Amino acid sequence: MQNRRNFIKVTAITAALAAAGLTSFSALAADTIKVGILHSLSGTMAISETALKETALMTIDEINAKGGVMGKKLEPVVVDPASNWPLFAEKARQLISQDKVAVVFGCWTSVSRKSVNPVFKELNGLLFYPVQYEGEELEKNVFYTGAAPNQQAIPAVEYLMSKDGGSAKRWVLLGTDYVYPRTTNKILRAFLKAKGVADADIMEEYTPFGHSDYQTIIAKIKKFAGEGKKTAVVSTINGDSNVPFYKELGNAGLKATDVPVVAFSVGEEELRGVDTKPLVGHLAAWNYFESIKNPENTAFIKLYKDWAKKKNLPNADTVVTNDPMEATYIGIHMWAQAVEKAKSTDTDKVIAAMAGQKFKAPDGFEIEMDPKNHHLHKPVFIGEVKADGQFNVVWKTKGPIKAQPWSPYIPGNDKKKDEPDTK
Amino acid sequence: MKHVLVALILACLTLCASAALDPLLVRQLAAEDSDEKIAAIEALAKSGDPEAVAILKQLDEGTLKDEQGEDITINNRVRGKIAEAMAALRLFDPDKGARLVAVKELLANIDPGMAPMLAKAREHEGEPSIKALLDQAYALATIRAADPAARLAAVKALATSGDANVRTLLLDYYWNKTAEPDLAIRRAAFASYLEVQQRIEIADLVGKVFSGLSLGSILLLAALGLAITYGVMGVINMAHGELLMIGAYATYAMQGLFRAHLPGYVDWYVLAAVPVAFFAAATVGILLERTVIRRLYGRPLETLLATWGLSLILIQAARVFFGAQNVEVANPTWMSGGIEVLPSIVLPLNRIVIIGFSLFVLSLVWVLMNKTRVGLFVRAVTQNRPMAGCVGVPTSRVDTLAFGLGAGIAGLGGVALSQIANVGPDMGQGYIVDSFLVVVVGGVGQLAGAVWAALGLGVIAKFLEGWTGAVIAKIAVLVFVIIFIQKRPQGIFALKGRFVEN
Repeated sequence: MQNRRNFIKVTAITAALAAAGLTSFSALAADTIKVGILHSLSGTMAISETALKETALMTIDEINAKGGVMGKKLEPVVVDPASNWPLFAEKARQLISQDKVAVVFGCWTSVSRKSVNPVFKELNGLLFYPVQYEGEELEKNVFYTGAAPNQQAIPAVEYLMSKDGGSAKRWVLLGTDYVYPRTTNKILRAFLKAKGVADADIMEEYTPFGHSDYQTIIAKIKKFAGEGKKTAVVSTINGDSNVPFYKELGNAGLKATDVPVVAFSVGEEELRGVDTKPLVGHLAAWNYFESIKNPENTAFIKLYKDWAKKKNLPNADTVVTNDPMEATYIGIHMWAQAVEKAKSTDTDKVIAAMAGQKFKAPDGFEIEMDPKNHHLHKPVFIGEVKADGQFNVVWKTKGPIKAQPWSPYIPGNDKKKDEPDTK
Repeated sequence: MKHVLVALILACLTLCASAALDPLLVRQLAAEDSDEKIAAIEALAKSGDPEAVAILKQLDEGTLKDEQGEDITINNRVRGKIAEAMAALRLFDPDKGARLVAVKELLANIDPGMAPMLAKAREHEGEPSIKALLDQAYALATIRAADPAARLAAVKALATSGDANVRTLLLDYYWNKTAEPDLAIRRAAFASYLEVQQRIEIADLVGKVFSGLSLGSILLLAALGLAITYGVMGVINMAHGELLMIGAYATYAMQGLFRAHLPGYVDWYVLAAVPVAFFAAATVGILLERTVIRRLYGRPLETLLATWGLSLILIQAARVFFGAQNVEVANPTWMSGGIEVLPSIVLPLNRIVIIGFSLFVLSLVWVLMNKTRVGLFVRAVTQNRPMAGCVGVPTSRVDTLAFGLGAGIAGLGGVALSQIANVGPDMGQGYIVDSFLVVVVGGVGQLAGAVWAALGLGVIAKFLEGWTGAVIAKIAVLVFVIIFIQKRPQGIFALKGRFVEN
């Protein structure tokens, strides 16, 4: 036993050293603005986060090609926190105090964000977080460019309750075991109860990160669905577990017309490794889909496809764009606009300049940063999986809606301020 | 192909005078509102026109265009209606398979209006298995009929079902006194309910045992190689998980090779991957043995450290060659889908194939160890090294071969894993603990022990998971193993005899 503990230490150190080797990006030029990119490039979250790193690099390249920010070129500093939550905090500290980056774009899982939050607070750094999440926080040093629960989870469940969504009466809340799925399901449970769904009609299930055997869970879902009334599954499974989950779902013959599965962390990118023909009709709720048609999106998709070809990314001919990539793209552009407006990269000045920042986004709307609450006003789309792995939008909001980071379905939240504490 | 379809639709839209199809109905399929779409689908289906079927099929596949040339999109509700409408039309299809699919589709959404159609189909049906399903469908449609005799017949007919929805329906039927005043019929419903319930419970049990066996067979494949290197040779090989990874990447490489050069035979890449993975992993294993491990025999702590280092090197090497992200290994079509035992239980084909494969690997190892000269040598060296050396067994070469064999079998495990789990550089890390658990629980030095331990742990884990959820089940299994090892450190099977002390 003693030995094993030592090995864990040895591995941790080795991993840290190996990851440190990746940071030798920095050039010497002094008239650049350094920006940090903090996404897992290995481990269970690499399936989702690698594409965000590429999007960030592509956007930085695009901004540089147009002359940079305040006449200075942006210089990316890429680090790999390897899906290891404490390592996220170490890497964030290194980016801010050692590499002196002006801003960090990064994180996917909420547990990684929670692990870096104290670092950004302590060192007064600036983080742009590009993924939908559970809300329940409002940090002065963080801008949330993904959806809050009322911009994704709640509309998705409302849709499944509607006639077109199948009038679901029973609910399976299925997730990976960590803060995001637990909190989201807490909100959803309160919401469903407010809508008159009984506790007996809700089933909650969690699996560890990297779980790969979904036989039992699928069997349980089938059993639950067989107990009468229309059943729908809300999946907050994150990372590469989604591949075995959807494979098992397809093999077990659980069709979307019988038991629809709506996912909050599965987009075009996650479905690339899966045969989607048996999955047609299963749903995802996002603020952007690649299949949305408008000039900004066409340009965005082309930009990324060209980038993939230029950088020779794996499977460059089949790359796709997804919601967190769009959120990353919006975030970097808005940050650049705010820096131009503030004429400084100073954290506090940029935070002030971010309020009310506008950007014409690939989702087809002019997206606005809320003047106060650090969240974007975003449109909501619900899409069904098509046989080619893309999504077919079956429902959308008329326009962008304001984020509610403090969900009204959690008791006590009505007293919380809709802006971060600034002390 | 697409042009032909578009032309066909245009023909329908314009030349409908000749066809029986109502152009308005076809146009209504493109309506924004789902209710209108569904109305059009139902009307089209009622016409029974073969052209209507063709159009509905295109709508289902998403290839139907509207007048602007845009794809007409549908949602789950519309898709369900199309499936229902098509199923009703296909009930009289000359093809047996099509009829079977149609009945199954209909069974999910029966309404009383279908009764006459189902009665007709029942008369025409010659195939007993389809007829049985049609009987059930007819019973579901007539369960609220006005005639008490029909209701009684329906309730009785449903006893043959294995569908969980039918179970719920029958139970509700029994309790609902206002909808069914006749006590005799309600009693019959309860009797049918009990029968269905029993059938579902058996199916549940079969499903659980199957998933336990499936997990067990995977554990066995992962651990069998270790049972040889650790169990028989006494080498604590922390790089064992990485040998699995090499097998999985060999499968990935074969898939790429087949896709590039033999696209017609792409479904058979897994078979080709079996020997390739075996030899790739065995080669790496032999290299490891020759360069590092043989210098450390008899020093378990140093072996532990060295192989741990080797595992990190192998993981990093995989990152360099294949990238840090997971790679996609697709199931061949003959391993996709499942066999439906009952409506509530489908056994996935890929898992059935893996159970069979693990049996094959097991018998291969058994034959190698017990029926061949090499196996005899390996056993001799394990039991008494100096004596085996004295009678002329080349002990060092036997060590290399045995280690290579263990590594190769890990490679075979990798092929199986690639079909159900993610393939990435650090995939082996997830299996190393499980593999050691299996070998230690089974009893060091025993292949039979590994088999029982793998299947036992698999079934226990799956039963616990069904009861407590995946997170608790994992903890519970670890606690169980700790207690088990405390009480019985020698494992399920202990070696007996003079060679034990060593």
